[in-house]
Amino acid sequence: MNSLNIANIIRFFALIVAQVLIFNHINFAGTINPYPYILFILLYPVNNNRTLFIFMSFLLGLIVDIFSDSGGVHAAACVTIAYIRPAILKFAFGMIYEHQTIRFNNTEIGNRIIYFSFLILIHHFLIFLLEIFNISRILMVFQKTLFSSIFTLILCILISTLFSKKQR
Amino acid sequence: MFLLLFGVSIGLTIQSHSYHKSKFINSANFLTGGIYESASGISDYFNLRSQNDILIEENNLLRSQLLNRNDSTNLNTAHIDTISFNGNYRVQSARVINNNYAASKNYITLNKGQNDSIKEDLAVITSKGIVGIVDNTSNGYSRVLSILNTRSSINAQLKSTNHIGSLEWDAKSSEMVQLTDISKFAPVKEGDTIVTGGQSSIFPQGISIGTIDSYVLDISGDTYTVQVKLFNDMTNLGHVYIIENLDKAEIQRIERTDDE
Repeated sequence: MNSLNIANIIRFFALIVAQVLIFNHINFAGTINPYPYILFILLYPVNNNRTLFIFMSFLLGLIVDIFSDSGGVHAAACVTIAYIRPAILKFAFGMIYEHQTIRFNNTEIGNRIIYFSFLILIHHFLIFLLEIFNISRILMVFQKTLFSSIFTLILCILISTLFSKKQR
Repeated sequence: MFLLLFGVSIGLTIQSHSYHKSKFINSANFLTGGIYESASGISDYFNLRSQNDILIEENNLLRSQLLNRNDSTNLNTAHIDTISFNGNYRVQSARVINNNYAASKNYITLNKGQNDSIKEDLAVITSKGIVGIVDNTSNGYSRVLSILNTRSSINAQLKSTNHIGSLEWDAKSSEMVQLTDISKFAPVKEGDTIVTGGQSSIFPQGISIGTIDSYVLDISGDTYTVQVKLFNDMTNLGHVYIIENLDKAEIQRIERTDDE
């Protein structure tokens, strides 16, 4: 249990550093940036202390906000996906989640993609909606959400596969 | 718990939309500035060549102005106040340690702050054109409201005539900004140069911005909206100049008495 906590803390800071120094400056095709730092929220252990988890997500978002000068946009999006994560987990994994025995390393890749993409889409939509903050530019919000989500999804799958321990 | 934290973050977001309010959540503080500075210390080496080219180009321009000074003194005297010794503007150089241009509200972080007497509302330019306005400072760092920010609005004019408008950004491309409210009587022509106007006490008059790419008449039929292609490559900023208008306090004092 203790080693799991340490792993989470290391992941927390490593993802923030990677996000603000590398991924915020990719600017693929001019404007598209991925936000794979939410991998922390996606991969947080399932049987957790809910309040602590939401608070950690808030901190994560806030730190990214401070670095990227975006007010409270990331914090709001992170808190939201941390809050609705159980519902998405139940939807994506079904029975396994009911028994609280989920380990992300051992899940089917298909289920994992569904789970990732739902949370990423919601997160990115909120980010761009709050950042642009203008209902007449709603098309731009959708466009940015779509492109960034695809980018983030690919990176998240890659990172989570690269750093997962082989246990089979 | 969720609602509380969500409320806090929404509050911070809304606060960041209003000018000069977001004191705490910004990248000009001690910690983030320090991290950005050390990271840019490494990454700066990768575009040394292009930065050198820009500097040589500028030296070239300045040297040719110096050599041809006799021809142009008569043109330039209008802007130079010969009475005051130090001139009207103080110029400092700074290094860009964090540059964003992908979001709709972009900010730039510089490695100089209050210790170098950088204050809010100073103009930031490069050798090619304008960059933005300082909007937040800490002891060692300052944050610049980039012209690529939907909140930015800068007074600008046509170079050939004195028709003024305001320079805004529609968040679509990092090469294009929009000049709005140009009178329909102005002789707008594609390829003309846009410079900063003399109506703001922040920018000196006549700093180049870009060229006219295209223009349309507004729906109301009274004003043009002009697409301006920037001289600056906002995606590749290295060294910038911070300009302080030393007469600003005086100008503002006069304008304030005007209002009453």
